[in-house]
Amino acid sequence: MSSPAALRRSPLALLVVLFLGLCFTGTAYAALQPSAAPGTSAATMSAEDVAAGKKLFLGNCATCHGTNGEGVDPIGPSLVGAGAAAVDFQVSTGRMPLPAPGVQADRNASQVKFSEEEISQLAAYVDSLGPGPDVPAAEYTDLQGADIAAGGAAYRTNCAMCHNSSGTGGALTRGKYAPTLMGVEPQHIYEAMLTGPQSMPVFNDNNLTPQDKENIIAFLKNMEEGGNSYGGAGIGSYGPAGDALFVWTLGIGTLIALAVWIGRKAA
Amino acid sequence: MSTHHDNLPATAEPAEDRFTNPGFPPHTPRRSDVDERAARRASVQVVTLFTISALASIAFLVAYYAIDPELKGSIIGIGEVNLFHVVLGLTMGLSLLGIGLGAVHWAKTLMPDEESVEERHTMASAQEDRDAVGRQLSHGWRSTHLNRRSALLGSAGGALGLFALPLVVPVLAGLGPRPRGELYTTNWEAGKRLMIDPSGAPIRAADVTQGSVFHVMPDGFVGAAAHELDPQDMMTSKAKDQVILVKLDPAKIKSQKQRDWGYDGIVAYSKVCTHVGCPVALYEQQTHHLLCPCHQSTFDMTDDCKVIFGPAKRPLPQLPITVDDEGYIVAVDGFREPIGPSFWERKRPGILMEDEG
Repeated sequence: MSSPAALRRSPLALLVVLFLGLCFTGTAYAALQPSAAPGTSAATMSAEDVAAGKKLFLGNCATCHGTNGEGVDPIGPSLVGAGAAAVDFQVSTGRMPLPAPGVQADRNASQVKFSEEEISQLAAYVDSLGPGPDVPAAEYTDLQGADIAAGGAAYRTNCAMCHNSSGTGGALTRGKYAPTLMGVEPQHIYEAMLTGPQSMPVFNDNNLTPQDKENIIAFLKNMEEGGNSYGGAGIGSYGPAGDALFVWTLGIGTLIALAVWIGRKAA
Repeated sequence: MSTHHDNLPATAEPAEDRFTNPGFPPHTPRRSDVDERAARRASVQVVTLFTISALASIAFLVAYYAIDPELKGSIIGIGEVNLFHVVLGLTMGLSLLGIGLGAVHWAKTLMPDEESVEERHTMASAQEDRDAVGRQLSHGWRSTHLNRRSALLGSAGGALGLFALPLVVPVLAGLGPRPRGELYTTNWEAGKRLMIDPSGAPIRAADVTQGSVFHVMPDGFVGAAAHELDPQDMMTSKAKDQVILVKLDPAKIKSQKQRDWGYDGIVAYSKVCTHVGCPVALYEQQTHHLLCPCHQSTFDMTDDCKVIFGPAKRPLPQLPITVDDEGYIVAVDGFREPIGPSFWERKRPGILMEDEG
């Protein structure tokens, strides 16, 4: 009864795991970097929104990020200067609130906990803590007049090494990974470049101008629509490793089956 | 008899018959051997397979002329494909498969099935044959005079050996010009601005915020200016001048040299991996690890890009930078060591530099 294996199976263990999970929620949350661009959403949002955001924050985020967003070392970073863009990215992609501690917060579009209005209230509150990058203007995410070719060039220089040349993501060190960019909202891609969530570096407006960012998003949307497809099964566009695995498994498997058939005596 | 009590392995008793020869398993006739209807069925199957092959070959020829090579079609589970290629591949595959399956099925069901034994014979020829061959060889050697006139052997060997050179030299010489001084130098030099790749915009130190990463090329080799260059120069520059620029918290930097060669925590490193030259560009802004996608060499940016994992052996070379009068980041100097993978003469530039003329 007292052996660790037996304790692990006890119903109490679930409670302990849940408790630990709650305590360490936010461990993998990124240290968000402030950008030079001051936020504007605090100006457009009313004081009531900020107050409502604070209420939401205290109820859902303060455990890890502190009651004033100052951060709790080492489980949650300070949100002062994180800005509305970071809040919108983290919460509307389902990464925050973090469901369980891990090396990285996963995108989880089906687990978004808040309505759009609540997210903007949360964002207004976090923005009121200190100026940070704001949610991008619609003109940079509608992809009107974007240059796909220029976006591809910028993507290959700045993004492709981690996210794969076709935007399907790739591995980083120690279990971390760059997620796929297929099927991600343009606004969220923009916010990720602006705020640099988790392992991702920041690409501020002096590095990639808003137009560059829109071009990159347009390129990714073009890839999503099969812009780089020349026919045949893409097999996830993971590149030569995935293709080889597929062909080897299927091809060698067929050859083995044929060899067995040839070697068998007829009945 | 049992006087030896050492630890030597026991010697095996010479056994005459350690295994009894099990002989052949009893011959079981196949269904087609005993049943005439089964044999006929097998022969129909073989004929069918060969016929499928023949029809597929004809279909290949028809498709080759009948299908528009540009015709696209959609296949469930695969997506949009070029129908011309798919049909040619399928028909040719079916044609070959029909022949193969037909031949194997024929051999297995209809051809003789008796087990037979082929006894081994001794490998050596008869002694008198061997003596005769020896006498012939010896006679041949003596009749060439090679045993008495050794100059013949030397000159013939020399002529044949030298004949290999006209074959080998053009291949080696065709590998391109020998690398020389360019292995040690890049296009970075004192006062050269660091420009954003691919836009070609200069970088103000104030714009490099902590956590951001800039992929950088030297002024004149990126953006609109790059298109003025000779394409080969442009590609060479792209291969060896690429630099990654990040801003770290100066307090986190462990190396004084790294701090001195940077500017207010902004540091620039060659992006060419010291293992086999892939661009090392996977920067994790929380751990400040720089990962090479090819072989997972990992460099610690807070410790002068020392290798902390993977096959690379040397840290990435640092580019010393400062800020010019207008606030833009410029190189203080070129790289102080050759960038990229190791090569034999890496530490002795004289060997390759001197004959640059």
